Amino acid sequence: MNVLEVSDLRKHFPIRKGFLRRVVGHVRAVDGVSFHIRKGETLALVGESGCGKTTVSRCILRALAPTSGAIRFQVNGVVVDLATLSKRELKRYRRHMQMVFQDPFSSLNPRMGIADIIGEPLLVNGMRSAEERRQRVGELLDMVQLPRAYRSRFPHAFSGGQRQRIGIARALALNPSLIVADEPVSALDVSVQAQILNLMLDLQDRLSLTYLFVAHDLSVVKHISDRVAVMYVGRIVEIAGTQSLYEAPKHPYTEALLSAVPKPDPRIRADRVILEREVADPANPPPGCHFHPRCRYAQERCRVEAPPLQEIEPNRWVSCHRARELSLRGVR
Amino acid sequence: MPPTPTVESAVRARADNTPILSVRELKTHFHLTEGIVRAVDGVSFDVRPGRTLGIVGESGCGKSITARSILGIVDKPGRIEAGEIWLKGSAEDPTAPPVDLAALAPSSPQMRAIRGKEIALIFQEPMSSFSHYYTVGNQIMEAIREHSDATKDEAHARAIELLRTVGVPQPERRVDEYPFQLSGGLRQRVMIAMALACDPRVLIADEPTTALDVTTQAQILDLLRSLQEQRGLALILITHDMGVIAEMADDVVVMYLGRAVEKGPVDDIFHAPKHPYTRALLRSIPSIMAEPRTKLATLGGSIPHPFNRPAGCPFHPRCPEFIAGVCETAMPPVLPDGEAREVSCFLYGGRP
Repeated sequence: MNVLEVSDLRKHFPIRKGFLRRVVGHVRAVDGVSFHIRKGETLALVGESGCGKTTVSRCILRALAPTSGAIRFQVNGVVVDLATLSKRELKRYRRHMQMVFQDPFSSLNPRMGIADIIGEPLLVNGMRSAEERRQRVGELLDMVQLPRAYRSRFPHAFSGGQRQRIGIARALALNPSLIVADEPVSALDVSVQAQILNLMLDLQDRLSLTYLFVAHDLSVVKHISDRVAVMYVGRIVEIAGTQSLYEAPKHPYTEALLSAVPKPDPRIRADRVILEREVADPANPPPGCHFHPRCRYAQERCRVEAPPLQEIEPNRWVSCHRARELSLRGVR
Repeated sequence: MPPTPTVESAVRARADNTPILSVRELKTHFHLTEGIVRAVDGVSFDVRPGRTLGIVGESGCGKSITARSILGIVDKPGRIEAGEIWLKGSAEDPTAPPVDLAALAPSSPQMRAIRGKEIALIFQEPMSSFSHYYTVGNQIMEAIREHSDATKDEAHARAIELLRTVGVPQPERRVDEYPFQLSGGLRQRVMIAMALACDPRVLIADEPTTALDVTTQAQILDLLRSLQEQRGLALILITHDMGVIAEMADDVVVMYLGRAVEKGPVDDIFHAPKHPYTRALLRSIPSIMAEPRTKLATLGGSIPHPFNRPAGCPFHPRCPEFIAGVCETAMPPVLPDGEAREVSCFLYGGRP
């Protein structure tokens, strides 16, 4: 069962210039992205800054209105298209999708106590009884392994890792069908990252949660996701199961990305695939495959014809003309 | 103009395995009204030409303050409380007597002659370390002219040359651009060009790639490595990323709350770590080589607030191998272990 089905999602931001603020072009931040997330799984959306991964997650939460495309979201057996719902209709569905933010310092109101921060979504969604809320906040604190006694404290009294637990408790308050976590551990120290990742895995097992995990760190992603979608300049270049994507990437960009990650073992200072030049400008992407100017396998066809995202093996989608013939290097 | 390094000088520098910079028992404290923060509390290490010393630790471990202490740019109310920082010889005269940088006043002419010329620094966030109002060329030229009698034209030519060395495309055009016109990766390259302007012998890179994407990070690390090879640079690489350490460092110092808990060659640190903190850190880092969806070993608790520094060994409240009655009472001494290793932990002796 798919909790979420995104098809051909586009989000273009106008570039305005001059006195009349005329539109002179568009930044194609998201340019035709399709994927689905099954119930109880984690799909990771990875890519470098500017690739559009955060824009995708914001469109799903309707923090941004998509330019076109469909975002089908299934709640209690009913499928709705989040891309076209009006603001008022959206309200009914917002409680079913929650967000965990990157920065645990700016995402908690410093003037609110922990019980109020976690209890606010309950109150807003109609849990009027203070006693009921108190009960539920206690359960949520247990779930994220924080002592119940902390409920009256304020955010400043907590470390980064503890604040992220509070953020997770708040996201869980309404039993959401989908949790969108945008870089939830990248602001944390390494020893604390592990604690939060383990907690997210635990909660997923216990509550059969569904995560969309947006991140740039491929090591972190490997520890949490069932499937991975790699984005480059507004498009998905490859989607596959975590194991097969890391072991045997099929898109040259995935290969380069995996190769660039420093491996924590000095004995394998491997010869890396070092990408030349810089990421393409999404306002003015190169013709054909967006990756071709940096791709060492590029051929004439890649310069003129954009490759579609094709299913080359079961559950494996790649957008590369040469996906079937290339033998690329993965990790381990 | 500073002499361009020749192949021989680089080879000579590498063959010479004596330390170029030796830090001994460095203590840098911040005196605040709430109390004293012991940001660096007794750290010693050596830096050798042509080699990379990695300093690794989590936030608040004092790795950046160590770098700033070496250059005499610790912000007030911090100051070097004790210890020595010996810089051997000088670029012109390798036989000159060593200088103790810790004893020099931060604004003294001697310190100013060393900062930027002998020892240069690359910061984490290139955007905030450049001026927005000058072209990158102007900023590199300023560094060149500060330490030599080069004319403007000579300095301009050298700035272009430096940009070419660090792999900035079209350096003749880029030299007249402003920092905001460049991408993060290019800015970091320009930052490196600026640091190399006076051909320093020691380069300190403080989280040089933390703000960059992985593919850009790979480019910059590659650049640092090849520059080091060409010039015989002694590189101090400060980072929180064990992966970067594994790829780059020859020797490693692991820091926790202002102390060097363990020191040694990179292979030993990763394959035979001794200090419980090093071991816990290595087990807890997410690795790209792990099996998918595997739980990580975790290190309990979190880094204490600087004012609540634990008594005794600073790591004891989180340590899985805590020895009651010992670890919380005294600071473990630094124990030499073989030729190149040191560990500061009671598990290996030194009990009071």
